[in-house]
Amino acid sequence: MTAASDTRLAPMAVPARLGARPSPYPGWFFLPAAVIYGVLFLMPTFASLYFSLTRWTLFDSTFIGFENFAQFFREPFLIKGLVNTVLYAVITSGLKVVLGMLLALLLTSHILARGYLRSVVFFPVLVSTVGVGITFTVLMHPTNGMINEGLALIGIKGPGWLTNPNLALFSVALVDVWKGVGLATVIYIAGIVAIPQDYYEAARIDGATKFQNFLYITLPLSRPATATVITLSFIGGLRTFDLIWAMTRGGPGFASDTVASVIYKQYQAGFYGLSTAGNVVLFVLIGVLVVPLTMLLNRKQGHE
Amino acid sequence: MQKTNRRHAIAGFAAGLMGFTALSGAAFAQQTTLSLFAPNDQAAVAYTEAMVAAFEAANPDINVEIEVGPGGTERDNMVKSRLATGTMNDVFVYNAGSLFQAINPVQSTVDLTNEPYMSTILDSFKQTVTAPDGTLRGVPYGQAMGGGILYNKKVYKDLGLSVPLTWDEFMANNTKIKEAGKAPVIQTFGDTWTSQLFILADFFNVQAKNPQFADMYTRGEAKYAATPAAMAGFQKQADVFKAGDLNEDFGAATLNDGLRMLAAGEGVHYPMLTFAVGTIAQDYPDQLNDVGFFALPGDDATINGTTVWMPTALYISAKTPNLDAAKKLVAFVASKEGGCDPWVKLNAITGPFLIQGCELPSNVPAAVKDLQTYFTADGRTAPALEFLSPVKGPSLENITVEVGSGIRTPADAATLYDEDVRKQAQQLGLPGW
Repeated sequence: MTAASDTRLAPMAVPARLGARPSPYPGWFFLPAAVIYGVLFLMPTFASLYFSLTRWTLFDSTFIGFENFAQFFREPFLIKGLVNTVLYAVITSGLKVVLGMLLALLLTSHILARGYLRSVVFFPVLVSTVGVGITFTVLMHPTNGMINEGLALIGIKGPGWLTNPNLALFSVALVDVWKGVGLATVIYIAGIVAIPQDYYEAARIDGATKFQNFLYITLPLSRPATATVITLSFIGGLRTFDLIWAMTRGGPGFASDTVASVIYKQYQAGFYGLSTAGNVVLFVLIGVLVVPLTMLLNRKQGHE
Repeated sequence: MQKTNRRHAIAGFAAGLMGFTALSGAAFAQQTTLSLFAPNDQAAVAYTEAMVAAFEAANPDINVEIEVGPGGTERDNMVKSRLATGTMNDVFVYNAGSLFQAINPVQSTVDLTNEPYMSTILDSFKQTVTAPDGTLRGVPYGQAMGGGILYNKKVYKDLGLSVPLTWDEFMANNTKIKEAGKAPVIQTFGDTWTSQLFILADFFNVQAKNPQFADMYTRGEAKYAATPAAMAGFQKQADVFKAGDLNEDFGAATLNDGLRMLAAGEGVHYPMLTFAVGTIAQDYPDQLNDVGFFALPGDDATINGTTVWMPTALYISAKTPNLDAAKKLVAFVASKEGGCDPWVKLNAITGPFLIQGCELPSNVPAAVKDLQTYFTADGRTAPALEFLSPVKGPSLENITVEVGSGIRTPADAATLYDEDVRKQAQQLGLPGW
């Protein structure tokens, strides 16, 4: 009944009231923000759209139309890079959701030294990515690394974590999860703590088990947190660069190349136009993947 | 209250610092400070320090700050972006030949054609630092080098092996070395650039069979994939992988690991440039003469020679505000005192000097003695392709890592590299691409 009256009122009254009352702030209050946004975001974006159509040496540029894009899509490693990028994003965001949720459950329960453990889990987030990458590169050395030396003690011959082309990407993804899971955990802790205790009390009266509590209360009600974690880590995974570059440089060969590292290599080789074209492609790719994902996650949230 | 005190303390400290900077600025007002972007391999670092110390002693009013930077593609990247953004050090060390052509030398470096010392620098080097407009831009920062196989002579003697003149002999030696429980071939893909030697050092053999290859390649008429002699290098790299001849940690080992294995005799053959002998002289002086050199063998024992590299060069950035001091430093490096004596004193001898009047000492390392035999014979040296053609594909080192790890076949690699080369030629604006 109320809903019906709302829809009847809305088209008539609401716009009329908005139009009648002027905003209390003058329009030029927008100016500082608009200038910063224009100079630091819009201008480079449109400049890069232009330069992606040129052969550019930084000193001068020749207009060559869409040749850079044609070349970029001819890059033999690009397909591999695209697959790797999506694979990497899916693996890291998936593991971060599962592990982050489990850790958050553990760290919101009544355990010893909870505050200390929370900071321990969050600590890797604060460490420099490149530092983490270099450390793990040393740990994962095929013969002298601590991981394989430890495995050797119990009689297992460890693989070449970063030198085996089939394994390198996954090794880097695992390190990414180790480093990033703390942030997911913190988001989940906030989400779980925000769930009203009433639900749990009601469930206890109904005689629910702990597992049922988790399955029917915690999991559905922390969906906003899940949406945030997935979106953040998925975008992070798509544009990942620093960790891969610090650990494998896209190697061995091109085995762990992602779109971002392919772009960086073009830049490094002095193909500035080509790498700019690559960035435009990455921009579109992230948009195409993330916008529907966000819409999907938010719509489901609305249904709850 | 406490907080306020601390804030005062910090402010006081900052003011003190600023005052100190102002004072020191005034005290050294006569001093010119030059910044030098130097290479990071150990022998070059030792040389740079010795050379700068000697230069500063002779020029007390000039102070040289050394910035050591990485090698390989990281260096390409740093040099190009620093030059493009106008943030390059006053003087910088960078490759001669094709990489020099890629940094837009006419605009980014200072013309040194009319400097008096240029007449004392050998022509073979000068042609590698000649800009497209015919002017000279750099002076040698080191000695000529051979590219081929560094090998452990002691192991060769123990196993009764002789220097191979053909690829088949080389592979046969590898089998015997493996039976003796040592790694026949050292590969160090932790430093990706080291993976290119099988291709690059094979150029003597390419040129012996196709004397026109370099010219046709520059014009876009000759391709790696379509030239069997050029593809042989990729094939050789695939051969040693397939035979299981590599050291166990080849995927992660670095140049320094490789040199350690070679000096200790854990590994026996290391495809490398002889500049690495300088690092062995620094780190393993006792084993220095256990290390010898031979050319990468082809398939004909009568055609056997080594590919020769020019050293990196020292350039002046076009944007330097300290041109006079920078020219003094470059002149010093181009002289016997600055460009030769420090290397001799360090015993970091890697090949012939390119400055007239510089003699190699009589007690050169064994590997350099081996290299000299190629120089003294007729027709047993050829310059590396990067000194004959401005085109070098930037992804070669990644492709050779793939071939050397068994990920990609030689034929596939050659096709991929041709594509890579095409991009570079287009970026350079060469005709015919």
